[in-house]
Amino acid sequence: MVDVTLERYLTGGIRLLANKTASTEEPILRDIVPPQLVIALHQHGGASAIPIVKVGQDVAKGEPIAIPESPPSAGVHASSSGRVRAIETRLIPTGKRLRESLCIVLDTDGEDRPFDPGPAGAWPQGREARLERVRSAGIAGLGGAAFPTATKLERVAGRCKTLIVNGAECEPYISCDDMLMREAPAEIVSGALEMADLVGAPLCIIAIERDKPRALHAIRDAAITAADPRLKVCEIPTVYPAGGERQLIELLTGDEVPSGAFPYAIGYVCQNVGTAYALHRLATRGEPVTSRIVTVTGGGVDRPRNVEAPIGTPIGYLVERCGGYRDDVVRLIHGGSMMGYTLPSDDIPITKATSCIIAATSGEIRQSYEEWACIRCGDCATACPARLQPQELLVAATARDFDALESLGLDDCIECGCCDVVCPSHIVLTDRFRHAKRLYAEHARRLALSAEAELRHKRREQRLRLSEEGSRAAQEALKAKLRADNEARRKAIAAAVERARQRKRRDVQP
Amino acid sequence: MLTAVTVLTGLSLALAAVLIATERLVPERGDDAVERIERLLPRIQCAQCGYPGCRPYAEAIWNGDAEINRCPPGGESTIRALADLLGREPRPLDTSLGQASMDRVARVDESLCIGCNLCSRACPVDAIVGLPHRMHTVLTRLCTGCELCVPPCPVDCIELVPRHG
Repeated sequence: MVDVTLERYLTGGIRLLANKTASTEEPILRDIVPPQLVIALHQHGGASAIPIVKVGQDVAKGEPIAIPESPPSAGVHASSSGRVRAIETRLIPTGKRLRESLCIVLDTDGEDRPFDPGPAGAWPQGREARLERVRSAGIAGLGGAAFPTATKLERVAGRCKTLIVNGAECEPYISCDDMLMREAPAEIVSGALEMADLVGAPLCIIAIERDKPRALHAIRDAAITAADPRLKVCEIPTVYPAGGERQLIELLTGDEVPSGAFPYAIGYVCQNVGTAYALHRLATRGEPVTSRIVTVTGGGVDRPRNVEAPIGTPIGYLVERCGGYRDDVVRLIHGGSMMGYTLPSDDIPITKATSCIIAATSGEIRQSYEEWACIRCGDCATACPARLQPQELLVAATARDFDALESLGLDDCIECGCCDVVCPSHIVLTDRFRHAKRLYAEHARRLALSAEAELRHKRREQRLRLSEEGSRAAQEALKAKLRADNEARRKAIAAAVERARQRKRRDVQP
Repeated sequence: MLTAVTVLTGLSLALAAVLIATERLVPERGDDAVERIERLLPRIQCAQCGYPGCRPYAEAIWNGDAEINRCPPGGESTIRALADLLGREPRPLDTSLGQASMDRVARVDESLCIGCNLCSRACPVDAIVGLPHRMHTVLTRLCTGCELCVPPCPVDCIELVPRHG
């Protein structure tokens, strides 16, 4: 049995115009080599990787240029062959925001000469060795969060009930997973099974939204060919955000990930189809992550399509390869239309977290309306897939009432933006929640610092008191000893005087 | 009618007597109150309020000797919390006291440090380490930005820098 019918439905969520067809008409554009690459060292979740190349050094495609710091972290590789021009701090996009990171700037030589890792590139035996290889090969969640895959797999290994391979791709405009599933279904299935081996999962569900019939067919065929009893392909309803990790787990299994916990706590792990593909390439060909599929779309780009882009490709070059900008482009967005953010310029490089670039026209971006007062209609609460009460959170966020924010579950907000879309007063709730999360983190940090300062101050006082008491006791002992010594000396002197006196008496008497 | 008035008046007088007696006989637990006030302070022992630490300041507030606006690192939010707890009017921070802020940390200029040890003795949370006659350094994670290490330094090699970056 390869197929599952789904009887559950997502809590909350909204239906959105998909806007995906524009970028799915042409096949994925492959083998592009930009003249310069800017490869970020801190593009994954967790710690930044440590550079191991020098300026001026020649590197080949797939050669390690930075090694992982203590986990969670992942290695970084040269995405094409060339010479290291500089190692410097640049602005890079991550899943949620822009950040500064050390980057390796590489002038490519156009040869795309592959790196030969020798026997070290072979797929090792044993779970631990393989996970280590996944870490050093730089595999990270290619769905958009770029969390190091090795760490995610490690946490669930041995207690995994179900591995969920996420091909939902619910956010409008993004079609990179769809195109990859159409063009490389067998590789995705093979990578998914390799992942199931790594975590010891007895069940592996590949979930795809109903609006991708061609991808669904391709994956189904590949699954039938693979004929593995663990494998199931599941068609899920087209609702945003059905592809969110927690939402997908609940949709498929009925189990809810507890607040504040991660899916591994209840035996589930979600991996994007792109990540499964990357794992397949590593396991069969020894190739680390040097590229990813990026959707370049929007009304402002001439020929919207998907591109297999080397990591570090400047966004401007990608758009150029897709026919360039049209005249009516007004904004460049990193990510999808719901959770993406505006980019300040197009010389920013792509990272492993870049699933989509939207060159938007004025008709495509949200009009900025005047915000009206909250009328407590509750539409946001109905739309919230995390079952929160956004209207209550808004009040608490405005008042900076951290206790209320905590008890209302601010931390469980996935920032999907559903509440913004349904709000009849045009209140931009998600931005407020993002801001409140930052303030709350700051508040929590202060509380922790206060508690630690108090504890250390108390210990210090105690220690000083003890050492004072100790030194007082030592002084007393010394005084007593000196007094005793004096006494003994006085006695000795007295005795000597007495003896002398007696001797004198004896001398006189005879 | 008369019975009702008598009974109710008697009852209320009796209850009032009980309440007054309780208030007189059972003293309020000052320790608890001081503890609760101290909880609202940043507890980094910067002493910028003019008292030797957070606990003495909390005691002074409870005894009515000190205003609630004398805590620079706590700032407006601490003043508001104290005003709520004590039912006093919030008033603006007394800015003449200092600028200690938990957003900053001390940094020792290592090229100037002579290893005199005075800063580490002044630190209320043991966040400065170093051997005598050797360079000293600040444990950034533990430093509260209280500025107490700055005045004792004979070579003025300690400055306060933003906590991040």
